[in-house]
Amino acid sequence: MGERGKDDDMKHRNTNLEPAEPAEPVAEEPGTQEPMARLATPHKPEARLGREVQARIGQQLRAMYNDVVNQGVPQHLADLVRRLSDQDQD
Amino acid sequence: MKLDPAIRDHMLAAVPSLRAFAISLCGNIDRADDLVQETLLRALAHIDSFEPGTNMPAWLFTILRNLFRSEYRKRRREVEDVDGRYAETLKSHPEQTGRVEFEEFRAALAKLPTDQREALILVGASGFSYDDAAAICGCAVGTIKSRVNRARTRLADLLAIDGVDDFGPDRATRAVLAGGGRS
Repeated sequence: MGERGKDDDMKHRNTNLEPAEPAEPVAEEPGTQEPMARLATPHKPEARLGREVQARIGQQLRAMYNDVVNQGVPQHLADLVRRLSDQDQD
Repeated sequence: MKLDPAIRDHMLAAVPSLRAFAISLCGNIDRADDLVQETLLRALAHIDSFEPGTNMPAWLFTILRNLFRSEYRKRRREVEDVDGRYAETLKSHPEQTGRVEFEEFRAALAKLPTDQREALILVGASGFSYDDAAAICGCAVGTIKSRVNRARTRLADLLAIDGVDDFGPDRATRAVLAGGGRS
């Protein structure tokens, strides 16, 4: 638990966007099936979410998030925390 | 007695990620910054309930999420500004994704139910474990897993990336394209 409490790893840690369930049997490997065969095979939506798709979603999610993270701490928030934390606490 | 500077610094270090979470929740930079400010005020006022050495980001995220939920209930009847100001907060766009693709992604994310969106962000972007995300959202770990799965599935649907696209145009179109190239 302690390690996770370190704040500086919020930016850099790998995220946990792995399949929450054990991975589907890999019938999805590109190139092993004809495109038409793939289209003709009904899958549940979840089952169709291959690694590539998950990777793209994860990448875009982190890119969006890190855009904000990289803006750092706005000055007014830094000032607020410093000012209040210098006051006596009761 | 003054606040331990180490605790203050941990708090400040969590602010960038806290803002990113807030913006992804409410889609509006001004509301997000208000939310972060309110979160920090609450945290400082209740710093006695924080146990040093435990997970400061998770503690702050929990406060922010609860504030957002209670505010959201109050504002329900107001018009949501999901699309309006968010893009303005972004100084630059990641080079690996084009602007259009990026905007599509942002719009698709905004369409997710809040439960799913927050679970996906916490696990997929903030880097929390499923356990921490469950604690932050006050629900079971299995619930978080299922929300993350549903969020990913829905996003893939909204973005129409389902693996089949990797093969590009369908066969007939490819045949036409190939024929055109040769003539």
